[in-house]
Amino acid sequence: MAITQLTVFVSNQKGSLVSVTDILAKNNVNLRALSIAETEDFGILRLIVNDVDGAKKVLEENGYLIKAVDVVGVKIGDEPGKLTSALSVLDKSDINVEYLYAFMARTEKHAYVVLRVENNEETEKALTDSGFKIITQADIDKL
Amino acid sequence: MAQNYYQKEIETMPLEEMKKLQSEKLVKQVKHVYENVEYYRNLMDEKGVKPEDIKGIEDLHKLPFLTKADLRDAYPYGLLAKPLKDCVRIQSTSGTTGRRVVAFYTQNDIDLWEDCCARAIVAAGGTNEDVCQVAYGYGLFTGGAGLHGGSHKVGCLTLPMSSGNTERQIQFMQDLSATILCCTPSYAAYIGESLKEQGYGPDDIPLKAGIFGAEPWTEEMRKNIEETLGIKAYDIYGLTETSGPGVSFECSEQTGMHINEDHFIAEIINPDTGEVLPEGEKGELVFTALDKEAFPLLRYRTRDICVLSRKKCSCGRTLIKMAKPMGRTDDMLIIRGVNVFPSQIETVLLNEGYQPNYQIVVDRKNNTDTFEVNVEMSPEQFTDKVGDVLTMEKNLANAMKTMLGINPSVHLVAPKTIARSEGKAVRVVDKRKLI
Repeated sequence: MAITQLTVFVSNQKGSLVSVTDILAKNNVNLRALSIAETEDFGILRLIVNDVDGAKKVLEENGYLIKAVDVVGVKIGDEPGKLTSALSVLDKSDINVEYLYAFMARTEKHAYVVLRVENNEETEKALTDSGFKIITQADIDKL
Repeated sequence: MAQNYYQKEIETMPLEEMKKLQSEKLVKQVKHVYENVEYYRNLMDEKGVKPEDIKGIEDLHKLPFLTKADLRDAYPYGLLAKPLKDCVRIQSTSGTTGRRVVAFYTQNDIDLWEDCCARAIVAAGGTNEDVCQVAYGYGLFTGGAGLHGGSHKVGCLTLPMSSGNTERQIQFMQDLSATILCCTPSYAAYIGESLKEQGYGPDDIPLKAGIFGAEPWTEEMRKNIEETLGIKAYDIYGLTETSGPGVSFECSEQTGMHINEDHFIAEIINPDTGEVLPEGEKGELVFTALDKEAFPLLRYRTRDICVLSRKKCSCGRTLIKMAKPMGRTDDMLIIRGVNVFPSQIETVLLNEGYQPNYQIVVDRKNNTDTFEVNVEMSPEQFTDKVGDVLTMEKNLANAMKTMLGINPSVHLVAPKTIARSEGKAVRVVDKRKLI
């Protein structure tokens, strides 16, 4: 069920982000969502893309340290309080969120939340049981 | 295991005979140097030593030392002991620690040097049936020339690859079934990594032995190279000042390098006082070249910190053994008053499961030394969680602190981002400007 996040190690230096996005653009990879966690000397770039294998291949060929990680994607309504209700479900189920980021759908009135948790299946089940729709990599590719 | 020797009589000579041989050669050599090298004659005169005072190796300690500074002062011809018309070659150092050293060779010097390298190749199991890939740099650097000549003497099919162009190295290695690889240990590790990346295991290549030297490397690094390449890795030692690689070499026992004592006398001295230390004590290694004609250095201080041992060796060689140098006096960094050898950092990395791909950066800010170690992280070690990477950095810093006594700031970086020369690895960047 889960979607695949590409994680890229970048040095915290001018130009290191643009060189990643440039490589992806030149290889026709479309970014769906992006988040960066940064420290003083490095950053960890998290990407949701339409072509995981292609993106991974070109970044590896360009010498990037890269890791594919399965994360949970959940669809929520684009209105106040919806993220809170999704997170409450996790809270009640005692699921700890490592990190999350969200992005908007272009056409529908929806947002998508990407969740990094310890146990994907457990998280997906908890959310599905409460009526949330889990999105798959196939959904991402179609966006 | 049956032992092969290149020059059995010398390599297994009883100690008393060897001492006699050395004494005879030393007396002649001191006379040759005194008569032909004004620079050294002046040093001897200043010390009040005449050639006739040297009657045998027991008098060696009376002779003055030569240092790297002397070599710089005497550059280029000041230590030359033969007319240039008798010289056929020069070799030179990279000049990383100041002015380069230029060493001169007569044809006889080259012959004896190549014999030394041939002894090393045979001790590593080499015969005329082997294919020897020489991936040390060719040219001024002694590595390529020395092992190339040694390989010819043994009768190996010699692949004169020089260093670099790793893809071509691997192609020749496979197509021509190289069985012995000669290069720097960091380049051997690099070739190993490249093979692994291309999906080759140790059984996919015919290599059986490697002869690696010209830079410091640790036991852990040896294990690592032996596993990736599926070989036995032998150490070889030498320096341009004493001719090049082959001053000493490892045998099947892999517990130190046999010094070619018929050509070189080794001493260990206290680097501060110059006092000669007894066998087994740690100090600075000093060499006296007994047979060199063109560039015969007497009591040359190598700056390598080392231990000698006469313990009987299972290979049958009676030549004294030197331990792997524990660092060079000029490799040693003094950071916040603490002695730090790059080899210690390497040991920590290998112990902690990292590849020894690192760079030490030292600087001085607000009158305090800063000490950074950049370490390459492998794809397996990388995670998507910032906290994990920070924890790895912290654990490495702690392990280094335990080893060194001072706390570095460790930065993990992406693979192959630390400049890795395919000749000698640049491990230290010292930005301190000391006035």
